[in-house]
Amino acid sequence: MPRKIDQDPTGSNCPPDHVSDVAAREDTARLSRRAFIKGAGAAAAVASLIGVPAAAATSPSPESGEAAGAGVLERIGPGAREIELRINGVARQVTIEPRVTLLEALRGPLGLTGAKLVCDRGACGACTVHLDGAPVNACMMLAIDARGHEVITIEGLGTPGRMHPVQRAFVEADALQCGFCTPGMVMAVTAALAANPAPTLDEVKHAVSGNICRCGTYPHVFKAALAAAAKARSLKPTEGA
Amino acid sequence: MARRVTLKLGFAGGTRDVSVVIPDDEPTPWAWGENFAVVGIETPRLDGAVKATGAARYTYDVDLPGMLHGAILRSPYPHARVRNVDFSEARRLAGVRAAIDRGGETARFAGQEVAAVAAISADIAADALALIKVEYEPLPFVTEMEAALKPDAPRVFARDGNATDPKITSYGNVTQGFEQAAAVHEAIYTTQVQTHVSLETHGAVAQWDGDELTVWCSTQGIFGVRDDLAVFFNLPADNVRVITQYLGGGFGSKFGAGAEVMIAAQLAREANAPVKLMLPRAAEHLATGNRPSSSQHVRIGADREGKLSAIELVQHGSGGIGGGAGSSGPFKSLYRCANIRTEERDVYLNAGRSSAMRAPGWPQGCFALELAIDELARKFKIDRLEFRRRNNSNPVRAMEYDLGARAFDWDAKARAAKSRGPLRRGVGVAAAGWHGIGASGPQAQAIAYRDGRVTIRIGTQDLGTGTRTILAMVAAEELGLPLGRVAAEIGDTRYAFSLPSGGSMTAPSTTPAVRQAAAHLKDKLMRIAAPMLGVDASALEARDGFIRARDQPAKAVKFADVCRRFAGDSIIAEGEHVPNYEGFSGEQAGCQFAEVEVDIETGIVRVCEVVAVHDAGLIVDPLTARSQVNGGVIMGVGFALFENRRLDPQIGLMMNPTMDDYKLPGALDVPDIRVLFVEVANGVTNTGVLGLGEVVHVATAGAIACAVADAIGAPVRSLPMTPDRVLAALGKV
Repeated sequence: MPRKIDQDPTGSNCPPDHVSDVAAREDTARLSRRAFIKGAGAAAAVASLIGVPAAAATSPSPESGEAAGAGVLERIGPGAREIELRINGVARQVTIEPRVTLLEALRGPLGLTGAKLVCDRGACGACTVHLDGAPVNACMMLAIDARGHEVITIEGLGTPGRMHPVQRAFVEADALQCGFCTPGMVMAVTAALAANPAPTLDEVKHAVSGNICRCGTYPHVFKAALAAAAKARSLKPTEGA
Repeated sequence: MARRVTLKLGFAGGTRDVSVVIPDDEPTPWAWGENFAVVGIETPRLDGAVKATGAARYTYDVDLPGMLHGAILRSPYPHARVRNVDFSEARRLAGVRAAIDRGGETARFAGQEVAAVAAISADIAADALALIKVEYEPLPFVTEMEAALKPDAPRVFARDGNATDPKITSYGNVTQGFEQAAAVHEAIYTTQVQTHVSLETHGAVAQWDGDELTVWCSTQGIFGVRDDLAVFFNLPADNVRVITQYLGGGFGSKFGAGAEVMIAAQLAREANAPVKLMLPRAAEHLATGNRPSSSQHVRIGADREGKLSAIELVQHGSGGIGGGAGSSGPFKSLYRCANIRTEERDVYLNAGRSSAMRAPGWPQGCFALELAIDELARKFKIDRLEFRRRNNSNPVRAMEYDLGARAFDWDAKARAAKSRGPLRRGVGVAAAGWHGIGASGPQAQAIAYRDGRVTIRIGTQDLGTGTRTILAMVAAEELGLPLGRVAAEIGDTRYAFSLPSGGSMTAPSTTPAVRQAAAHLKDKLMRIAAPMLGVDASALEARDGFIRARDQPAKAVKFADVCRRFAGDSIIAEGEHVPNYEGFSGEQAGCQFAEVEVDIETGIVRVCEVVAVHDAGLIVDPLTARSQVNGGVIMGVGFALFENRRLDPQIGLMMNPTMDDYKLPGALDVPDIRVLFVEVANGVTNTGVLGLGEVVHVATAGAIACAVADAIGAPVRSLPMTPDRVLAALGKV
């Protein structure tokens, strides 16, 4: 008999009520002045590394002690120097030139090859890692800027023998084909579910809209994300009920 | 040596008994209505966990002690003679270990390889490239087809003209066919150059040990890479070992050893150290292949009953400095028509070389033919699906049209009144075809170990389709074992030979070899089990982890207990894919339905829904099969709406060699995709498995184009259907 293979929950791509536009407007409304200024502070921290007084730096790192005092310039490079990064909960010393990106540091001296370099310009999400819990493109960030932050990579989520529930959901839903985008996809979904444990399909699509999969495996990614969210909710006692 | 077996073959639309002659040692082919224990059950891929945890090691992840990093300098000119390459400054840079040029070869496109270096870090290699001094003599160039066809156009190669002689195929007589036509439609359809954009770029890690070369390579064909390297370096093939454990996409662009693979091995030899050379993204767009463009002049006519009386295609297309731009496949096979004529020419341009890309020629041909069919059907005022049914060439597709129309609700959607607002809905349907029946050649080993585990070894590679998984499933089915007891090892030329993974050949070519190897292993185990059970080996079967007497289920021994009787550690059996039999059908039919929403104020097209109906012979793993269909459809959305390699004709450079300016389909562009499989017991091999990768990509752009024309009341005859083209079709710009 002809077999109808069960439908993937892509949902219509042409929602009659334009849910996505509504969600985007809500996002804009949530971006408060306070959050904006906080974001600007992070930008100043980056600026400090190229010769602006480091007073504005939000998180001076211990190993830059000789230069990171208030109002003192921190000069780094051009040669290599040792820095400390917190990767997957462990402090790691690594000697790198300041031009080295976080992704290059992870994949090279730190030996963590799960995150991939694909577009090299923040357009595809294959290098996504978590920086203090938020998804970032590791190809767009210098390793020295990750000092003082908690970096979690795909290897820090789980291992083949002990997978994170999102990783397991990816395998069960076959949310991967060649697998090259998969570490980035998993990191994007994990961060999205941490921020929003009960996402709609549309919210899942937006959460991975920065991740390109050339095999076109998106429908199963959506399915995996929704399944992982549902499973997490079913395991968690309802609050205040 | 051979025996005759009668097989029940066909599909739900009708089966028949077919008699085939098969070799004695070949297992009886799986036929209609088999009672499977493993095959046909949705199974998560076996390498899912290593991929989802980042543990899978791709070529890009290989790291060897003392490994250097290679980088390639590319021509900044679309056409230039390379007069001199001066490495003196580059070699003086600390950390540079090797430098080679390409022997002064003339660069015929911007991005062609000119020189290369290897250094102790990727950054130093990049710095060294900037220190290489190349003396170029720029030459006249041409990057657009219509300009290249002019008599005074610059010559891409030293030959007369930039176009090949026409390749003509003709059945019947189209002149007579058009005379019989009650209506004729004629128009020109064009398609763009599409690049593969495999996420893992092309590249390799090369390591020499004396005159033995080991290469980790991101390739769809390890044996092809091995042979190319052996010829290039004048080595016996056995001295070259190629390994591809995991592969980050290929889509047809990764056959054979490309320039970057040869260069990696040359640098490694010169530096006397292993060299890793993976291309940067821009080079991937420029120099590793593409789907050629097309300009297709289509003329089709039908008689008073709406039956096609003539189909004519006169086309030219360009794969840059490469060929293979023909698109006639769909014109010659999707419809029944007595008079067909196709004429195809390749046009050379100063642009990167074409390569195979997912159903070469078919998506572009299907787009032109199917939109033309819609335009003709409208002249007859016949429902467009009905017009296709009347002219359909394939009984499986006839059933697929019915199933798809019901799932899609074609009748209601096609007749629905159009909105008068700015958002216009439309529907379309297009036919797909392919021939993923595989070929003989692959060999396989099946190994049982004393502890009861089984390993399959075969030198194929997994593009991401789930090859490892389906091979283990086929072996587990044959051996009556749970899947957890069977592993598949692939991706190494030290294993038995297999074909490149292209042409939708992998599943249909490898599963019969693996099944035969497993059957031979089973025979050996039964010969051990027979005296244990006091039953003749021929009366035994393997099921549910036991070997037992077929007619006395109580006489059974565990598979693992048989393995414990091995004299040594393991028993090995071999199998091969014998030439395909004459089965039920070697053709592979499909069709896809699409619904779109077009904003007639902005020209933006969204694909709402796609129903994809396909024949893949026997579906081994419906879960991974569905992934492939989703992927084919989504890549089709990109081809239809977004993707376009843009060259600036004034300077001959690619303007969008990135992953943002070259727009790819993302999560928000994905339609609601429904997949329907029509299983066909085709009996062409012992498994009857067909390849799926290409047929599922053929019809999508055509179906979307038909839907767009339906939505806005005017055809958009050029891909990609970008907003400017949609607005132009509406007469707004």
